[in-house]
Amino acid sequence: MSTDALDRHAPAQSGIDRALGLLDGFREHIEHVQPTLTGLPVLWVRRERIVEILRHLKAPPASFSMLYDLSAVDERLRAHRDGLPAADFTVFYHLLSVDRNEDLIIKVALTGGDPNLPSVTRVFANANWYEREIWDLFGITATGHPHLQRLLMPPTWHGHPLRKDYPARATEFDPYTLTVEGQQTEQEALKFEPEAWGMQRERDGSEFMFLNLGPNHPSAHGAFRIVLQLDGEEIIDCVPDIGYHHRGAEKMAERQTWHSFIPYTDRIDYTGGVMNNLPYVLAVEKLAGIEVPDRVKTVRVMMAEMFRISSHLLFLGTYLQDLGAMSPVFYSFTDRQRAYKVIEGITGFRMHPAWYRIGGLAQDLPVGWQQLVQEFLDWMPPRLREYELAMMRNALVRERTRHVAAFTTTEALEWGVTGPNLRATGCNFDLRKQRPYSGYENFDFEVPLGQHGDVFDRGQLRIEEMRQSLRIIQQCVDHMPAGDYKADHPLTTPPPRERMLQHIETLITHFLQVSWGPVLKPGESLQMVEATKGINSYYLTSDGNNMSYRTRIRTPSFPHLQQIPSLMRGGFVPDMIAHLGSIDFVMADVDR
Amino acid sequence: MSWWTPQLAATLWAMFQALVILLAVVVVGAALTVVERRLLGLWQDRYGPNRVGPFGTLQLIADMLKIFFKEDWTPPFASRALFMLAPNLAFASLLLSFVIIPITPGWGVADMHIGLLFFLALAGINVYAVLIGGWASGNKYALLGALRASAQTLSYEVFMGLSLMGVVAMAGSFNLRDIVAAQEGLWFVIPQFLGFVTFLIAGIAVTHRHPFDQPEAEQELADGYHVEYSGMKFGMFFIGEYVGMVLVSALIVTLFFGGWQGPWLPPIVWFALKTSFFLMLFILLRASLPRPRYDRVMSFGWRVCLPLTLVNLLATGAVLLLTGS
Repeated sequence: MSTDALDRHAPAQSGIDRALGLLDGFREHIEHVQPTLTGLPVLWVRRERIVEILRHLKAPPASFSMLYDLSAVDERLRAHRDGLPAADFTVFYHLLSVDRNEDLIIKVALTGGDPNLPSVTRVFANANWYEREIWDLFGITATGHPHLQRLLMPPTWHGHPLRKDYPARATEFDPYTLTVEGQQTEQEALKFEPEAWGMQRERDGSEFMFLNLGPNHPSAHGAFRIVLQLDGEEIIDCVPDIGYHHRGAEKMAERQTWHSFIPYTDRIDYTGGVMNNLPYVLAVEKLAGIEVPDRVKTVRVMMAEMFRISSHLLFLGTYLQDLGAMSPVFYSFTDRQRAYKVIEGITGFRMHPAWYRIGGLAQDLPVGWQQLVQEFLDWMPPRLREYELAMMRNALVRERTRHVAAFTTTEALEWGVTGPNLRATGCNFDLRKQRPYSGYENFDFEVPLGQHGDVFDRGQLRIEEMRQSLRIIQQCVDHMPAGDYKADHPLTTPPPRERMLQHIETLITHFLQVSWGPVLKPGESLQMVEATKGINSYYLTSDGNNMSYRTRIRTPSFPHLQQIPSLMRGGFVPDMIAHLGSIDFVMADVDR
Repeated sequence: MSWWTPQLAATLWAMFQALVILLAVVVVGAALTVVERRLLGLWQDRYGPNRVGPFGTLQLIADMLKIFFKEDWTPPFASRALFMLAPNLAFASLLLSFVIIPITPGWGVADMHIGLLFFLALAGINVYAVLIGGWASGNKYALLGALRASAQTLSYEVFMGLSLMGVVAMAGSFNLRDIVAAQEGLWFVIPQFLGFVTFLIAGIAVTHRHPFDQPEAEQELADGYHVEYSGMKFGMFFIGEYVGMVLVSALIVTLFFGGWQGPWLPPIVWFALKTSFFLMLFILLRASLPRPRYDRVMSFGWRVCLPLTLVNLLATGAVLLLTGS
């Protein structure tokens, strides 16, 4: 990593100093301070002391109360590792302090054929799934983990897919076959064994019912499975089972050029459309050193907010549907149709526009876009009022949602809950305000907060968020900056077409960047955005190639689902359905 | 023609009436499935089925053809005999109740002096259909649905019977023709308003219609007690629910809204109009309300509806005693 990269992100230096200060007692265990483009301090520490260090960082004065992300990198094929401690695998812990609005990434180097490190589940409850994930995908053992089993891959799977020696393409495998016996084995493997989860089959002579809810169930919002231990209709315990929607997006990122991975991001949170492009292209632009024109920033904000509304409308309809109200989903889909009219008019696509580009946008705004957007802005407010009057003030809705599946800010942070679900507990943490990106600092809007962190607040808050999104879009319409829709930078992909047709040099660049893809300098960058469902981030590692070396996609829905059992013990089945509706998750956003 | 006696003619006429009423009820019940979807479509800003025949009127025929030719699958883990019995019971018990409904002064199947009691008895049998169906399916969702159904029916039948006693006391008879006749001057909905409200609620609960569709609760139990049923067996549960709706609407009309009575129009038209109104109410409820949690449904039944019906019965009794009528 060159020093000029550090200069570009000067604020990181003070962060590093503060982080080192907080870890004063552990100085001798800090192996290395890594300069990156993430804008965050990145410290390498010794494996043996990781539990203590994290415990120290979680407590005041450091108060990194949230384990925001935990994942790993297979370092074995990485060519540009100048100065980094020797490692076959790296595990990183991304800690977030809401109080101080500061982050810290702790990395642990692992060497040898059997990578392992102590489990931190005793420090952070939500490390549980993350450690299962790195065991599943990297084969890294978290010693002392209460239930180290596969999470995303089927239980019968062989190998660890995110390792660099694991093939990524179907053509590198033998043709897939499934015999009748094989099918039976697979099905047997999915059978739920209560004992394996420390559950009892009976109590006081009466048996519990183990109800397998999903992966196909009307209210599971996709291929999500949760096994309930029931006494009558009371939930004693439950075990969520994910991975049915796993498509290996992180692995695909290592096989797609920086440019051609953009459409894959659309399909992570598939209700979020271009909102998914945003963290990815922003992170790539950090790596490339591109500063985009104001017009690009504003258009990106506008379209991202359009998708926030569209996603929240889907949430609202299905949330009320899960409470048993049949009609609202049709009304909200009517509204979404209006949103899609705008989105389609501007981007040319509806759900997955893949419209943002590295250094800009796919096209400029079409002629007459203001009118199109304004129609939508005028249409929505009365509809939102109607939803509130008809549904959120309905006594049955209130009875079903008030004080149901409620959690406090502390619990939310413990489980890594972000976004509207966190703000429903009264915690004022919205990245658009706290860490403005893409020009959000120029907009006038409020961050709605809840109070009780229950199902009701999570619903009501999203209606309010839609109002604020409408405000932001209105400001975009009123004050859209003039200018280019692409940055004037050699790594902008694809380069401006007008010039491409005139200069042979631009033509060659265009040809290379579209066919081969742009080559980015080695480095690491990270961008978090306030996505529709919570904080979504892309942690990119470039090894000086036209493809990513490692793309870590941190999605908000993953921790939200992990939290379910802690909330549902003692609840009723209908409460859980209400809670599932209020989380607002899509399985692609969980499994990636 | 010595065998042609007035008695035989009367019997034949009664049989003919019974047959017509039976067919009419089944056809109306089946047609309601389409009417409901069209009405829901109207209220939900969408079309609903509008492709088969003019304005979708032939949708019913298409649906029936489909359901007749669907594979009639019995799961291997189900207890066969009970599994077959349940839908028949569900369909028959509600259909039989129509025996007591006087449609017009001249039309009706039976003129029974136990009228209302007969309905209450059959409504009690109806829950066995759900219970048996849910149990025999060998499916956990079905079982949960069946449990909910029995708990709910138990709670609601208690005050359903009581809610009608005010009407019975005022009319002085269980016979529905007498009850209609007693409403000559004033429909019972006015003196028996509490009875009407509680019976309406109980009626919705007994037919498992939204918002009391706890036994089915698609979002929670994925259709509950009839989740394993397909083809015509499912069809019987399905049409049975609509027959139940027609029955409860007809009963409300008979007991509280003066039955066939009304000026200018012929009795049959009045009866049909009033019944349709309540059918529409059933559908509107489904379109507009969310579903309460089932334990709340239960406590609402015991803590609100039951005391209300008791108060209503006591007040009715007191008034009748005081006025000496």
